[in-house]
Amino acid sequence: MADTAIPILEMKNVAKIYSQNGRSIEALRGANLSVRKGEFICLIGASGCGKSTLLRMAAGFETPTQGDNLMWGVPISGPGPSRGMVFQDYGLFPWLNVRDNIGFGPKSRGRTRAEIRDTVGRFIELVGLQDFADVFPHQLSGGMKQRVAIARVLANGAEVVLMDEPFGALDAMTRERLQDELVSIWSRTNLTVLFVTHSIEEAIFLADRVVVMSPGPGRIAHEHLIDLPRPRDIASPEFNVWRRLLASQLHSHHARRAG
Amino acid sequence: MTTLASDGDTAPARQATAWRGRLRPALLAVAFPMALLAIWHLATAGRPASLIPPPYDVWLELRDLAVGGINDDAYSRTLLTHVLASVSRVYGGFALALVVALPLGMLIGRVPLVRQLVDPTIQLLRPVPVTAWLPLAMIIFGLGPRSASFLVFLGAFYPILVNTIFGVRSVEPRLFEAASMLGCRDSAQFFRVVLPAALPSIFTGMRLGLGFAWVVIVVGEMTGVQTGLGAIIMEARQLSRTEIVISGMVVIGVLGFLSDQLVMLIGRRLLAWSPSHG
Repeated sequence: MADTAIPILEMKNVAKIYSQNGRSIEALRGANLSVRKGEFICLIGASGCGKSTLLRMAAGFETPTQGDNLMWGVPISGPGPSRGMVFQDYGLFPWLNVRDNIGFGPKSRGRTRAEIRDTVGRFIELVGLQDFADVFPHQLSGGMKQRVAIARVLANGAEVVLMDEPFGALDAMTRERLQDELVSIWSRTNLTVLFVTHSIEEAIFLADRVVVMSPGPGRIAHEHLIDLPRPRDIASPEFNVWRRLLASQLHSHHARRAG
Repeated sequence: MTTLASDGDTAPARQATAWRGRLRPALLAVAFPMALLAIWHLATAGRPASLIPPPYDVWLELRDLAVGGINDDAYSRTLLTHVLASVSRVYGGFALALVVALPLGMLIGRVPLVRQLVDPTIQLLRPVPVTAWLPLAMIIFGLGPRSASFLVFLGAFYPILVNTIFGVRSVEPRLFEAASMLGCRDSAQFFRVVLPAALPSIFTGMRLGLGFAWVVIVVGEMTGVQTGLGAIIMEARQLSRTEIVISGMVVIGVLGFLSDQLVMLIGRRLLAWSPSHG
């Protein structure tokens, strides 16, 4: 089924125009993005560049005003379990403990009790939260909450994981650890990841391909294949070359916007 | 939050801290009413002209109401009857309010058509004090316990309704997104997202509603009802048996307090997940 010729996600010339108080705001103009199965893609750009809009479109939370938004060549009509979203603010259900948060998706889809227990057990272990199964979200640290959010979409059999600045609210140490773990999970599974960030370093560290977006109106400005071997060394000269290139591209947009 | 005891604590020291932690609030809570009781005693005891009986007389009356053996008059040993009558009206009216207000609140909160249809009327009726309904209730339901139950219903109805509406309307939009991307959509979201998310507000409404029910019961029982704590308070007032009036007040206070504690206990078990309840 998974024909390598058909991209898992494909956006063809998508545009998004919001109208607000009679004024229309062009969030995204003529964006083309094609994602192959198993790819790790980072979307990077200043605020207002449409990176979150693009991600939310892939999730099915937004519909494009114009253009095609496809998964396996079929138009995306709404949110669904095949595309799991990890939000920056976690979006965990506060009334469910860790186990039941992870089991929420399987339960919604009518899995049996035994199946749910099995799946939850597997993914709770994957993110290392076995000892916190009965704990409620408000008792967890930000890093642990985000692990639950990741396990929750994986337990639901997501093919694509959409991540909207998932580590943006975490401290630097936790962020680095989660980045490592995410890469490790991704490399062991068949996952496709679309990851929004505003950190150049994070993008280069994680991605196979970095998509640079620019604001006013939001559009895709550059795409780069990051061919650095993994695990990546953020202190290496090669890493720095990428860092400098992306920084100059991001900043040149700022300059142009100001001018 | 889960807190771990530090290793440095010795067992006896921990025990002492635990004692202080439990005893201190209890002592402080009792100190203030004891002081009030003392002032009451000093101001009334040994003064035959006082219209307010001293605390000891009230205590004797309370015992007589409960078990008899002191005055042996028409009121002796009637307390249980009155308590049961009031309690059944309070919980009956409250249960009815719950049955009506919960579904209605959810509909108003989640269905725009129902909100547009019903909400303005309710907003208009809400400022009318519950007690102002008494004359009308007596016409509609007749003189007697049914009017009292109706007032209790009305008193409990508004807080439950308003808080239910608030609860189901203020669900974080993010949670709907999370549910729908996990495959829980449309009507299934009502039971798996809206209801649990609204539970803390609904609970607050129930607590307020039950409190109001106890407030209103006295007014409801003041006319044309033979039994109930409100009824004996009114009757005793006409007979200038002020010690019975105060006894009735004390019993209502204790019952209201106990019923609130019960609700809180249930709430703490049900809402352990909520940082502001658990």
